[in-house]
Amino acid sequence: MTWSLDIVLLMALAVTALWAVMATRLIYAALGLAFASIALAVVMFRMGSPYAAVIELSVCAGLITAIFISVISLAKHETVAEIESRMKRRWKKYAPLPLVAAAVGVALSLVAKHPRSMPQPLAETDVRKVFWHMRQADLIGQIIIVLVGAFGIVVLFKSWRKK
Amino acid sequence: MPFLVVLVLNLVNTPGVRRAATGVGIAWTLVQLTWLLVPQTRFTALDSGILGIDFGSLFAVDGLSLVLLISASLVGLVTLISGLATVPDPKARFSFANLVLLILAGLNGLVMVRDLFSLYVYIEVVAVASFILISLDRDKLALEGAFKYLVLSASASMLMLLSIAAILLVSGSTSFVTVHSILQQVPHRGLVAAAMALFVVAAFIKGGLVPFHGWLPDAYSSAPLSVSVLLAGIVTKTAGVYTAMRIVTSVFGFTPMIRSLVLFIGTVSIIFGALAALNQKDFRRMLAYSSISQMGYIIVALGCGTFYGLAGALFHLFNHAVSKSQLFVNAAAVEQQTGSRDMTKLGGLASRMPVTGGTSVVALLSIAGIPPLAGFWSKLVIIIALWQSGHHNYALIAVVASTITLGYFLLLQRRMFFGKTPPELEGIREARTGLLVPAVLLSAVAIALGIAFPVAINWFVRLPSDILNMVAH
Amino acid sequence: MSGANLHLLWTAGAFVVMLLVIGFYCILVSRNLIRILIGLEILAKAITLSIIAVGYATKNTALSQALAITVIIIEVFVIAIAAGLVINIYQKHDSLSTENLENLKG
Repeated sequence: MTWSLDIVLLMALAVTALWAVMATRLIYAALGLAFASIALAVVMFRMGSPYAAVIELSVCAGLITAIFISVISLAKHETVAEIESRMKRRWKKYAPLPLVAAAVGVALSLVAKHPRSMPQPLAETDVRKVFWHMRQADLIGQIIIVLVGAFGIVVLFKSWRKK
Repeated sequence: MPFLVVLVLNLVNTPGVRRAATGVGIAWTLVQLTWLLVPQTRFTALDSGILGIDFGSLFAVDGLSLVLLISASLVGLVTLISGLATVPDPKARFSFANLVLLILAGLNGLVMVRDLFSLYVYIEVVAVASFILISLDRDKLALEGAFKYLVLSASASMLMLLSIAAILLVSGSTSFVTVHSILQQVPHRGLVAAAMALFVVAAFIKGGLVPFHGWLPDAYSSAPLSVSVLLAGIVTKTAGVYTAMRIVTSVFGFTPMIRSLVLFIGTVSIIFGALAALNQKDFRRMLAYSSISQMGYIIVALGCGTFYGLAGALFHLFNHAVSKSQLFVNAAAVEQQTGSRDMTKLGGLASRMPVTGGTSVVALLSIAGIPPLAGFWSKLVIIIALWQSGHHNYALIAVVASTITLGYFLLLQRRMFFGKTPPELEGIREARTGLLVPAVLLSAVAIALGIAFPVAINWFVRLPSDILNMVAH
Repeated sequence: MSGANLHLLWTAGAFVVMLLVIGFYCILVSRNLIRILIGLEILAKAITLSIIAVGYATKNTALSQALAITVIIIEVFVIAIAAGLVINIYQKHDSLSTENLENLKG
């Protein structure tokens, strides 16, 4: 009983993701993505991962949605007629998707095996902060990627040549 | 060590330092190269802790990593030198040099980590930096190539992470050692087998092997000139081939399923790459398909599962890094001086561009496998390894493909460099120094390794020995 | 490890696969560059979910959170660069259609 709420949340995740893919206007798609992030964050919270949930919320629902919306707003707006003609074509393309997704979900739930035995969990769990003593290689990698990103912004967003 | 590379990027913002950035980069790659080649200094730096972080448990260098570290430094050096000649705008050059150094840092980290997830992190570091470098000049085609590469690479990363999640479930850890021992005990059915296959497939996507090669020709041919050198010479190899090598030897072990998967995809890549290269008119695109073919060789050698196979793979990897980078440098020279990439329109360049012509002959012969150049020996080792391990038909295919490649390269060479010169190309001159120095350097390496082949083979066979006790299952 | 943990794991796993299908379908079928990015993001969510679910099932939430957070942060950079590429492509072609990306042939 306690986990039927989780199933509802997971369904919400799937539905919002579906919406993000199938929405006709890009802005709605971005919003769908944001809501999917929220659903995912709640699921993560319930799965005992509060830190990750918070990061997912702030980064995905926040930052990435902001990136998407700014990119979308830079593109020109379509006229209503264009949207309508596009809608009809797209419907044929995307209609199978929810059916496929649902079919996959149902098939998997039928096939799902009973839990098999798994090795003992590692002793050093508990405090997350302890963990950063073991993941320093990743931290260094992240520092490098931040630097790379800085240059990326310089390269892609600054115009130093008059076109 | 990668930490030091990061520190070196002291991005002080004065114009004087900005201009010197490429020079600093070149100096650093030279330092790293000598550091690696001189045995005394090689391992000391890694065991000491810096800033209280114990590097020893996170990063380690063994024979496999060492080969790649050396290749990476060499190709990085070459790229930076060629960058002097091909990136005219000093501001762009600053970003270029920094990004190349950052990629080098990422590559260093990539081959030295001892953990599946950290492997992913550094693969992404290198990938993101590559995307940026490809679109450095913001050319239309370059952006397109970069975007395709991004989408495919990111998808592959997702698959890799999915595999890591499954492995995490089964083994509770992501470090190589732990996973390896756990996988020995767990039966390889269902989830585990799928995870392993998935990881290997993801690595192959990043390495541009068939049928996941879609992004490779586009990216190689549309990137700015020096960036192609970097990409072809080391990035794709490390992200794809090294990853596959590492996980197969150190983590997964040589299950029959993996072996057949590797052999199959490798062989298909050899054939497809060779045939597709025949069809190309664009010089760089042809080189791209040839790279696919050569990587197929490396993967097939890995698939043998024998000592010699792995040694051959490493040797060929190094040779290809040397010679393919050099060919791209030559291509850059040709493209810069003649303004064209179309091979049908070029001819008789040798008389006008002697150094470029000469070095390209060396490189093409090395890749095609002609003695006494290095490429011949590495291919020989691969074919012998295949034969010895009983894969006779694969060996035959390798030989046949090699002959085809050889024939085509010779024809190409003759037409492009020694044929008649079309009238519009009368006035071209030799390429600039920045593109000549790397070419000569790389050719020298190829020749030296080829002539000194007993030493070379010994070296490449001795190096992997410390990880091969896992291969001999 | 309680049975309840594991059961949720398989349910979550089914959703992971569903999301993967949705994401890949979106990338393959879409004709708009930004939608491809959305598909990529959905894949990322699937992966994040899978990592956290695995952590939950093995009671190793600390490690899985560390991994998941790292993945999220890296994905931010990937998407940011991708967005930069898309903007530049848009500036060059004045359109977001994937038809513009058919120029490299062979």
